[in-house]
Amino acid sequence: MSLSESLRSVTSGTRSVSRLGEALAKQSRSVRWSFGAICILALYLLPWWPNVPVLGWIVETPGTSFPSVLTDQVVIFVLVALGLNVVVGLAGLLDLGYVGFYAVGAYTVAILSSQHANLPWLLCMPIAVLVSMLAGVILGTPTLRLRGDYLAIVTLGFGEIIRITANNLHWLGDSRGISNIATPPSIGPLKFGVLDAKPYYFLGFTTILIVIFLLRRLENSRVGRSWNAIREDEDAAELMGVDTFKFKLWAFAIGAAIGGLAGSLYAGKVQFINPNNFPLQLSILFLAAVVLGGAGNMWGAVVGGALVAWMPERFRGFADKRVFVFGVALVLVMVFRPQGLIPRKIRKERWLESWKPSTGTALGSKE
Amino acid sequence: MMLEVQDLRVAYGKIEALKGISFTVNEGEIVTLVGANGAGKTTTMRTISGLRNVVGGSVTFEGKDITNMPSHERVKLGICQSPEGRGIFPGMTVRENLDMGTYTRKDHKSSAKDADLARVLELFPRLQERITQLGGTLSGGEQQMLAIGRALMSRPRLLLLDEPSMGLAPKLIAQIFNIITEINKQGTTVLLVEQNASQALRRAHRGYVLETGHVVKTGLGTDLLNDPAVRAAYLGGH
Repeated sequence: MSLSESLRSVTSGTRSVSRLGEALAKQSRSVRWSFGAICILALYLLPWWPNVPVLGWIVETPGTSFPSVLTDQVVIFVLVALGLNVVVGLAGLLDLGYVGFYAVGAYTVAILSSQHANLPWLLCMPIAVLVSMLAGVILGTPTLRLRGDYLAIVTLGFGEIIRITANNLHWLGDSRGISNIATPPSIGPLKFGVLDAKPYYFLGFTTILIVIFLLRRLENSRVGRSWNAIREDEDAAELMGVDTFKFKLWAFAIGAAIGGLAGSLYAGKVQFINPNNFPLQLSILFLAAVVLGGAGNMWGAVVGGALVAWMPERFRGFADKRVFVFGVALVLVMVFRPQGLIPRKIRKERWLESWKPSTGTALGSKE
Repeated sequence: MMLEVQDLRVAYGKIEALKGISFTVNEGEIVTLVGANGAGKTTTMRTISGLRNVVGGSVTFEGKDITNMPSHERVKLGICQSPEGRGIFPGMTVRENLDMGTYTRKDHKSSAKDADLARVLELFPRLQERITQLGGTLSGGEQQMLAIGRALMSRPRLLLLDEPSMGLAPKLIAQIFNIITEINKQGTTVLLVEQNASQALRRAHRGYVLETGHVVKTGLGTDLLNDPAVRAAYLGGH
């Protein structure tokens, strides 16, 4: 099977996923809930997937422990993609320095739990989220008056500023980094140590579920509607009464908070960070994850984040050509699915079905 | 006096687009600003909506100085603009576009919004036919109707229309102007910017002629229409 053929099958796969979504939407509430519950359970068992007979080889990562790939890469990328999707996909602001917020989150945990204090991880994590959010507001307030390419350049600079500052400030551990970062507290049989990565995965996956739940509520609210309008046409949004600056700042702050959350999980898992963990390339990969999955679609961000994190590990067998294979895979997906694997349309189409074009009573069918 | 613009000056960098223009709009009127390309018509509209900062002068709406008020807050006062060209949301359906018009409205009772939606769809039956289509897939004329309809959904006290006839077929232009007259009869004050001066002056109560950032002539719409200088400059001199 040629690469393009396999890619076609991947893309038709996502199409059948969206068709499955439509079919599910027609089912009763209980059917939908139990389907969701089974999916969530299956994903909680993800660390054991490579052990599944016959099909397990598809997901396994040769040469690297699969649970570690999940915790150090996949969970982080999915969370980050969810956060970046708010900024890029929903509000339409091109952010090329997202790694900066991720770094702020990780460094906050590192400083508070090892370098300058001994706070427990569980306390550091919410502080890290708040500090990242604050960083988003501080960066956003002066720069969100810029548009498009200009904003992209400024954010690019921000990401680099954070990394270079960490590299040069002794207070931030300079280029040697910070070690002995606190791990999350053990809960019953879940021991957060260095031996078993699975507890971190359970924690990370639970975090992802919570973030998805919160983002869904946000997306379907007035805030989501405002972001939608801003992305479509900022001037027109302003003319309709949308406080564009406020909502852009909110998108930045919420995105930054999720990025910081991912950073705090990462720091708590690896227990050692240095500035080299936060290169510019990571910002680009985060953006690639969102675009690959389908900017503006939360499920797209999840899939894109998981694939961008997992693919390089899966292709490790190609040795030094793995990055090339990864790049080709990205290009092919963008050629065959320019809107991303799961484009943003899906929700809209379902919305359309519920709208009956007729006058009178049907006018009130929505809202 | 509903809207009073006094000695308004607006610049793009060092280039002054408006060099001190003044005009007024009274409640219930249709007032039109006509002029050639680059006269400053669209700049005037964008400034009244708050999208452009002023260098000098003032904008007063119903006795309140709104010169430095942010754009989105002016919508709450009852100023709503249908922007020039394709100022619609291309990736939203016609229905979603129209719903965006109600964004600032505080009346959460959907019955009032439904009544307004029905009214807009009655004014523009084409939008009813296209209600589930994405805005970006509409024709130019339909997009123009959508932009006007969306502005109407905010229940504006003052409706700003920027070049509603741009790029439309002659038959459609007449139709759009009929609708503007109808909207005005239903009680909405209209400020209209047009290159199509003959149609605009025929429909408007009063008009102002703009030339490179200055108001050069003002008067009743019909008077301007019959003014030989205006005819020569803007109406092709027939």
